[in-house]
Amino acid sequence: MSHLTALAATSAVAETASRSVSASILRFITCGSVDDGKSTLIGRLLTETGSVPDDQLDALASDSRRFGTQDGAVDYALLLDGLAAEREQGITIDVAYRYFATPRRSFIVADAPGHKQYTRNMATGASTSDLAVLLVDARRGVLTQTRRHALIASMLGIRHVVLAVNKMDLVGLVRGPFAAIEADFRRFADGLGVETIACIPISAKRGLNVAVRSAEMPWYHGPSLLSYLEEIETEEADAALPFRLPVQWVNRPSQDFRGYAGLIAAGTVRVGDRLLVQPAGLAASVARIVTADGDLPEAVAGDSVTLVLDDEIDVSRGDVLAAARHPATVADAVDASVLWVSERPLQPGQTYLLKSGAATVSARVDAPEEGIDVETGAHTRIDGLTLNEIGRVRVRLDRPIAVDPYATSRQTGGFVLIDRVTNETVAMGLVERAVAPRRAHEMPWRSLAKALSWRTTGTIVTVILAYLFTGKADIAAAIGGVEVVLKIGLFYLHERAWAHIRFGRSKA
Amino acid sequence: MTRDHLDRLEAESIHIFREVAAECDKPVLLYSIGKDSAVLLHLARKAFFPGRLPFPLLHVDTTWKFREMIAFRDRIARETGVDLLVHINQEGLELGISPITHGSRVHTDIMKTVALKQALDRYGFDAAFGGARRDEEKSRAKERVLSFRSEQHRWDPKNQRPEFWRLYNTRKNKGESIRVFPLSNWTELDVWQYIEREDIPVVPLYFAAPRPVVQREAGLIMVDDERLPIAPGEQVQTRIVRFRTLGCYPLSGAIESTATDVAEIIAELRASRMSERQGRAIDYDSGASMEQKKVEGYF
Repeated sequence: MSHLTALAATSAVAETASRSVSASILRFITCGSVDDGKSTLIGRLLTETGSVPDDQLDALASDSRRFGTQDGAVDYALLLDGLAAEREQGITIDVAYRYFATPRRSFIVADAPGHKQYTRNMATGASTSDLAVLLVDARRGVLTQTRRHALIASMLGIRHVVLAVNKMDLVGLVRGPFAAIEADFRRFADGLGVETIACIPISAKRGLNVAVRSAEMPWYHGPSLLSYLEEIETEEADAALPFRLPVQWVNRPSQDFRGYAGLIAAGTVRVGDRLLVQPAGLAASVARIVTADGDLPEAVAGDSVTLVLDDEIDVSRGDVLAAARHPATVADAVDASVLWVSERPLQPGQTYLLKSGAATVSARVDAPEEGIDVETGAHTRIDGLTLNEIGRVRVRLDRPIAVDPYATSRQTGGFVLIDRVTNETVAMGLVERAVAPRRAHEMPWRSLAKALSWRTTGTIVTVILAYLFTGKADIAAAIGGVEVVLKIGLFYLHERAWAHIRFGRSKA
Repeated sequence: MTRDHLDRLEAESIHIFREVAAECDKPVLLYSIGKDSAVLLHLARKAFFPGRLPFPLLHVDTTWKFREMIAFRDRIARETGVDLLVHINQEGLELGISPITHGSRVHTDIMKTVALKQALDRYGFDAAFGGARRDEEKSRAKERVLSFRSEQHRWDPKNQRPEFWRLYNTRKNKGESIRVFPLSNWTELDVWQYIEREDIPVVPLYFAAPRPVVQREAGLIMVDDERLPIAPGEQVQTRIVRFRTLGCYPLSGAIESTATDVAEIIAELRASRMSERQGRAIDYDSGASMEQKKVEGYF
């Protein structure tokens, strides 16, 4: 304990010294199987960065002697498992959030349960994380659970994965077992489409390669886990995406001010930018970017702002303000991967509420086309969707909303489904393809208008030709006069006939 | 344009305020006068700028708050022009419930937990913003940003709604209400750094000054008025102290400190190795005590 306190004191000093440096935030999720040592690892990270106060460390030491499962040594699970039921059963049920900071960065850790039964709780943590730390036991290697965690993390758009191979001290601190696990994991994970994969050999219990590089594994040349987390660049390319702002709140304190407030989901906005109000499709330019600290010349993804437009157009909560040159898709159906998180299975054809951005619409979910095995990633045949299952479905909306594919934008491509009766959140969904409404059937007056415009053009040509051939203006006029009436009628009938023929039409 | 961690936390909190204000019928901001409430109020005003706050503030007064807290509360209400409601549990008052004769558990239950339920029911509030943070205590580390309470205001920790991305499901069953925690992801240090950056006024009790205190088991208790009984042999001393958290004065332990401004508090906090709730008598009554209190309806 005194050793930990001393370490903590050192880092506190280091922190004070560089406190003028503005730190960024890294949000990451930790997942592991039972007994992989996840609590010990997080406990280490917290204590070695000085984030656990002395009175809590003292309480932990005495709790560990009384209830601990570590032979009287510090049992970090007692520090972390916060619910009475979890302490009774000795398992982690729900995701918990931990906070620690170094001079370089502030960290928000979503400490997720590993068990399949709690997949929805893991997904809660993963949906807001930029990086995943997957823990494996050096003696057991990559397990089915590890693959499931990696798959869900990648599905939810996490682009950076760290495989922490723990308990290296129990395999003699040698390279062989580590190299085998790394090769095994990379074979699987390379197909997941994540941007970076790092494998780090550690011993959470002894603190090797956790906060500082250990001299006991000289064959490993990479950074310690903590330095890796401090340095990895995850600031997503969000600011470079096309601009999206789901309107949360219409701010109208007086006749002279009308602003549209929301958190920028993607992209950058500058005063003067041309925006499209979706789904309606009206355009206007940004007149002001208002914040309580004064107007800004530009704002980026992640900022909460209030935009004032130069035109008085109708904008309400749920609309999306999008870059006019790269708008979102206005869709009345989406094809999506859906993770079912309710005890009550999907009822195909039933109406749910779908919330995306600030818009909530009624949605009918079709029976799933196929399932995704959360352990192998393989596509399977399924009939329905029950708790913790993933399936591909088509969701039909009662009115169009603006969405993007999840792979492009997490904030405008993710949605939740809500049960209308129980009000519970029953599913999370990732848009794969937004389906724009079918072009409306041509109404008769449109066919008539087309007939008139075409006929006018055609008749002028006929009259000119007739005059050129015959050299007689009265004959040319007569031909034109008869033709215009006759052919308008024929064209109209021809158009109406084609309106009923499906041949050659595109599906969407 | 770079954004630091305080910018990110601020934007996230503002988003939560706007979302709940837009979707709930009758929200209220639970204002407890302390530093977290000060930050909460500041963020709420930013969220709706240049408009007014679209909801009132509610202070549940146990009648045992520090006098300086009440003076500060009234000054802030006057200066910001927000609507402030004050609720006191009148039955509790008539029963003469006090932390001194009834102990911290009974006092907190009747004058805070029961009083809060009374106030929420009386005004029909369906969502209440509070300043709780996940780093405060381990059952809070598991609580969602939107925490649902039954008609009896009970919390069911095993049956929390999953919360994905920034999509909050605010739909309630009949009789249910929501506790909303916009500061969920803030730490104590973040709160003070933000107070410094934004120059947010806080109760002077947070800053060190000579104050009359008695040494008790729970720590240094300030003699804020004549209601605090002084046992024979107990000495009222004047010491340079400040408070890390504020509540009912007989239950709030002071710490010896020389920090007289926010910068000094931040420096002290970085060097300090004790948790902020250490001075709070109510957390130590029984083992899993905070979770239990919340199950029963404590904020």
